[in-house]
Amino acid sequence: MIEVEDLYFTYPSGVEALRGITLTIRDGEFVAIMGQNGAGKTTLVKHFNGLLKPTKGSVKIDGVDTTKASVAELARKVGFVFQNPDHQLFCETVEDEISFALKNFGFDEDAIKDRVDWALNLLDLTRYRNISPFMLSGGERKRVALASVLAWDPKILILDEPTIGQDYEQKERLRNFIVQLNAQGKTVIIVTHDIEFVAECKPRVILMAEGRVIADGDPHEILTNPNLVSKASLILPETTRILLGLRGMEQSGRLARVIDVYEAGRILTAMLRDQG
Amino acid sequence: MEIIRTEDLTYTYPISSKPAFRDVSITIDKGEFVLLTGPSGCGKTTLCRCFNGLIPHFYSGKLEGEIMVAGLRVPDHPIHELAQHVGLVFQNPENQLFALSVEKDVAFGLENLGLPRDEIRERVDWALKVTGIYDLKDRAPYELSGGQQQRVAIASILAMRPEVIVLDEPTSFLDPLGAQKIFEVIDRLNKRLGITIILVEHRLDLASKYADRVIIMNEGRVVLNGRPRDVFISDEAQLVGVGIPKATMLYKLLRENGIELGRVPITAEEASQMIREALTHDRG
Ligand SMILES: Nc1ncnc2c1ncn2[C@@H]1O[C@H](COP(=O)(O)OP(=O)(O)OP(=O)(O)O)[C@@H](O)[C@H]1O
Ligand SMILES: Nc1ncnc2c1ncn2[C@@H]1O[C@H](COP(=O)(O)OP(=O)(O)OP(=O)(O)O)[C@@H](O)[C@H]1O
Ligand SMILES: [Mg+2]
Ligand SMILES: [Mg+2]
Repeated sequence: MIEVEDLYFTYPSGVEALRGITLTIRDGEFVAIMGQNGAGKTTLVKHFNGLLKPTKGSVKIDGVDTTKASVAELARKVGFVFQNPDHQLFCETVEDEISFALKNFGFDEDAIKDRVDWALNLLDLTRYRNISPFMLSGGERKRVALASVLAWDPKILILDEPTIGQDYEQKERLRNFIVQLNAQGKTVIIVTHDIEFVAECKPRVILMAEGRVIADGDPHEILTNPNLVSKASLILPETTRILLGLRGMEQSGRLARVIDVYEAGRILTAMLRDQG
Repeated sequence: MEIIRTEDLTYTYPISSKPAFRDVSITIDKGEFVLLTGPSGCGKTTLCRCFNGLIPHFYSGKLEGEIMVAGLRVPDHPIHELAQHVGLVFQNPENQLFALSVEKDVAFGLENLGLPRDEIRERVDWALKVTGIYDLKDRAPYELSGGQQQRVAIASILAMRPEVIVLDEPTSFLDPLGAQKIFEVIDRLNKRLGITIILVEHRLDLASKYADRVIIMNEGRVVLNGRPRDVFISDEAQLVGVGIPKATMLYKLLRENGIELGRVPITAEEASQMIREALTHDRG
């Protein structure tokens, strides 16, 4: 469980990035943090694994204050994938990159091999096993960064912009995988601008603006609220925008909270058949 | 009039065993707005690196075939000369930022062009404003959020106003409203100043309405090249795993259920309009 209590954070340069954040994320939740550039999303999640410490207020992971927890303990529990993969990758080969943390955490050799194989396969990277991460495309590097954290199976996963550089098919794989992890009781927190991805995954949504939380709750409620959405510098999901254009038509109330294209397809089919 | 032409262009990175792309033959006309997409690793960034001469001048390896940009044979002209015609916004913004302040980063390219002071001032301010970072102009680039950095990278290329602007996933770090605004600025540069745009994007919902043409690559080859509507509706686009716009997807879902909307929509507005018509029409 993550408990954030009246958290403030100011960078040494004087920028006040977080201004009083209070929230709780329970075990096994799937949460998307969204909002404008510079809102403080990355700064907030960096508090969850102790990379940053509060200027004021507190952050507790499973009841332990991050200023008191040991770095090693936090690192094992909270896996963090950076927004920019280049901040994370430094090994000679993709395989070394993925086994690095596993070695540090003391997994034995067989387990390391199994987990590396598993992670390579999961992220469609097996063919790059012996290649330098710096010879890969942008999207491929992002997947190496994801693989290296998923491999050690942390209890809480924080993914900063996991869909960057990913095509539709890779996003589908990622989505299925997150759903699976979630079903196993893992906590998954994504920071993302990818409104279409969120509309498909339907996690709990937290909107941030200017260092504060401006909305927190059900994606169908939040992502169809034009006012909130524009305050957070988002735009409505494409499907919602299509359906908004049907306002005022008979039965269009059935479409008011729809964010996903398959659901829209089903309801519209029924409506069009009813009439035909 | 053509501004970019490649003929059977094939490139292999040093020590790689297979080409990053092969046999690419495309022509892009002056003033076109081209959307380049395709699965992760298909060769988009590598192709972009040829347009401004990073390949073959910075990356060695083997370049075969022909490539002409703005009348220049790329292998025969150094990067700084090509840079006067082609600006490239990198996929990873940090690789493009180096100065001590945001403002200096944006001004750097203009100073190299030898423009008068006033003109530099005017263009830098304009670029900072249209990308929404004017207030951050005195900050150091490394003290910015991911999206703010990406805006600096975009501003520094826009300020140059070269004949061709190549943007490699320029909005991956941007909030959606910010992304939309950037697309609008690019669209205006394209329509008003006739600047040729090549935009690499995975998220097609926002970008496709601006494009005259879509090129889809897969496994190092160009597999589709045509008008957005024709390309998105083709079965091949789906097979390649490209995320077609939701408007087009909804059209296809309804068609699978026996409901025909007529024309293929690519924007939300078009789709709403067609569905409205279908709903009213059926009632009559
Ligand atoms: N290292 C740093 N030093 C000083 N200020 C910083 C630093 N990193 C971020 N900031 C500032 O703190 C604020 C919050 O930044 P943060 O990176 O948390 O934003 P974000 O919500 O993740 O944005 P984005 O969507 O662009 O990634 C911004 O105003 C940013 O300019
Ligand atoms: N510097 C490099 N050295 C060797 N191989 C490379 C290098 N950069 C990329 N590659 C390889 O070339 C192929 C094409 O990569 P490229 O970066 O052009 O893909 P992309 O289409 O831009 O992908 P993405 O959408 O993930 O950014 C990939 O298989 C990649 O692994
Ligand atoms: Mg961030
Ligand atoms: Mg790329």
